[in-house]
Amino acid sequence: MLTDKLRSLMVVGFLVALPVLASASEGESFPHPGNDVRNTASLQRGARNFINYCSGCHSAQYVRYNRVAADLGISDADLKANLMFASDKPADTIRSALKADDARTWFGNAPPDLSLIARSRGTDYLYAFLRGFYVDPSRPTGMNNVVLKGTAMPHVLFDLQGLQQAVYAPAEPGVAPVIQKLELTTKGSLTPEQYDDFVRDTVNFLDYIGEPVQVVRRDLGVWVTLFLLVFASFAYMLKREYFRDIH
Amino acid sequence: MANKGYEVAAGGGLWGWINARFPLDKMLKEHVTEYYAPKNVNVWYLFGALAIFVLALQLLTGIFLTMNYKPSATEAFGSVEYIMRDVEWGWLIRYLHSTGASAFFIVVYLHMFRGLMYGSYRAPRELLWIFGMVIYLALMAEAFMGYLLPWGNMSYWGAQVIVSLFGTIPVIGDFLSEWIKGDYFISDITLNRFFALHVVALPLLLVFLVVAHILALHEVGSNNPDGVEIKKHKDARGIPLDGMPFHPYCTVEDVMAVAVFLLLFCGVVFFAPTFGGLFLESPNFDVANPMQTPPHIAPVWYFTPFYAMLRAVPSFLGTQVWGVLVMFGAILLLFFLPWLDRSPVNSIRYKGWISKLALTLFAISFVVLAYCGMKPPSGIFPLLARIFTGVYFAFFLLMPWYSRIDRVKPVPDRIVINAH
Repeated sequence: MLTDKLRSLMVVGFLVALPVLASASEGESFPHPGNDVRNTASLQRGARNFINYCSGCHSAQYVRYNRVAADLGISDADLKANLMFASDKPADTIRSALKADDARTWFGNAPPDLSLIARSRGTDYLYAFLRGFYVDPSRPTGMNNVVLKGTAMPHVLFDLQGLQQAVYAPAEPGVAPVIQKLELTTKGSLTPEQYDDFVRDTVNFLDYIGEPVQVVRRDLGVWVTLFLLVFASFAYMLKREYFRDIH
Repeated sequence: MANKGYEVAAGGGLWGWINARFPLDKMLKEHVTEYYAPKNVNVWYLFGALAIFVLALQLLTGIFLTMNYKPSATEAFGSVEYIMRDVEWGWLIRYLHSTGASAFFIVVYLHMFRGLMYGSYRAPRELLWIFGMVIYLALMAEAFMGYLLPWGNMSYWGAQVIVSLFGTIPVIGDFLSEWIKGDYFISDITLNRFFALHVVALPLLLVFLVVAHILALHEVGSNNPDGVEIKKHKDARGIPLDGMPFHPYCTVEDVMAVAVFLLLFCGVVFFAPTFGGLFLESPNFDVANPMQTPPHIAPVWYFTPFYAMLRAVPSFLGTQVWGVLVMFGAILLLFFLPWLDRSPVNSIRYKGWISKLALTLFAISFVVLAYCGMKPPSGIFPLLARIFTGVYFAFFLLMPWYSRIDRVKPVPDRIVINAH
């Protein structure tokens, strides 16, 4: 019966779709950065930002300099001159000079390795985090973050972004004050739009190093799918041919 | 040569030479070319073959992962990233394996549901069903142990939670959970033994059980959507009238099934390998950290129905062992299905509305429980989990009663073939 088959298909479809439905409604949501890991220019800028502003404290211990150079179309000479400050071997991984023990003494926390940060936290989170610093004199660094309350990380990009102040919602008795929005009170060297672009490029680079093969993976996936479509249609025709005999 | 006569009888040549010494021809006939499957099997009957396909895929990709993986607390996480970044095609092998784990459970759950629908567990297929259930248990153990190996933070805390379940057993609990871990906490020692079990012991057991499952199947013959025995009506040569030889008919069908399966499977592998954080959970991209629990610990999706049942039961008399008992009971009950079902008919096609309703509610309860198990136990979820734990158990415990009183339709003597 057709309805039987239809019903079976619907059940299977439902079971397959369920996990997607389940994951759709999870966790806090942040605006998407709208980054594009196919945009090589953005990734190159992101690599520059990462090396200049992040790699002083954060390692990316699974990421090799020469892999980045090869994937991003950066020549060996450019790589050594502009991106390699902590090592002179292109096959080395990106290691920060900051020792974890020192970091714990100075900041209270060792900076996390950033190789997989985009995969563990998500790019939305990173985009929000890097734009979420505000002045908070009660913190040792003088800065706090709306995304990660009490972060040990200083706002290393403040000269670019400027300083943001938290604007609180009207206080209600007995309730902790709620931050309504952040307001730029001291201008940085970049306009807010330029700063967002800067962060987008950086997040884009983090997205890329989280899974360097992702572009190759998706491109290959298209060919694999096309092959399987052809294969499946031949398999179907073969099956039909044989089942002519079955009554 | 003394056995020349045998060789000629076996057909001569290399084929004859082999068959005079090894029952290759006999086995092929018995299990492939002259094994008769019912002509009315439908799409639900493809998941067994798919399960074997996924098993082979897991064994094959597992071998290549093992070549590059390091089972050590200090190196495991890094070696997985080494596979993802530096090993040629390592990323593909790893994604095939990680997606394969989830795919295995999807096809096995559908395969089991087929059994529930058409009464594939009923006499004379009780042992076939029980072998299948033991495969399911071994598969759960295999998946659980394998999940620790990437040594991510969810690996670590997931293992911690599951092993601590054994700690709730009175008297021997603490000893038992220490014995499993080989340490006071999940450590390098635990990782090493889980590795040994995951790559040697359990795969061996799985393969052995699958062979037993298939031997049992070929002894009693395949069930079908009508739940009637095709062996009752044979032609003059002793071939079931409603049967078709496994090869080439089932094999071409299985090839098609594999092609369609691979389309979906590769869709995940190439376009969504984490599957929205369900097949690869995002906290597992952080290395295991005994000092920091993930914000919300949940097992991988295929365990969540049972995890929801575990959490649905409140602690009582100062112990939480009841939830553990309910969770294991939920799996154990499946073993007794052949004796719980008292209906005079096998297939859902000929059962009455009570059985149809019961099976539908059971399927819904499994899905809802899976969803509850993924969610933090707050809001409406604990209540939902309790209600549907009740529904899940009622399906089994009331079955001897409702399956007997349910009005059944007359079962045809032979299978009903739908127009293809």
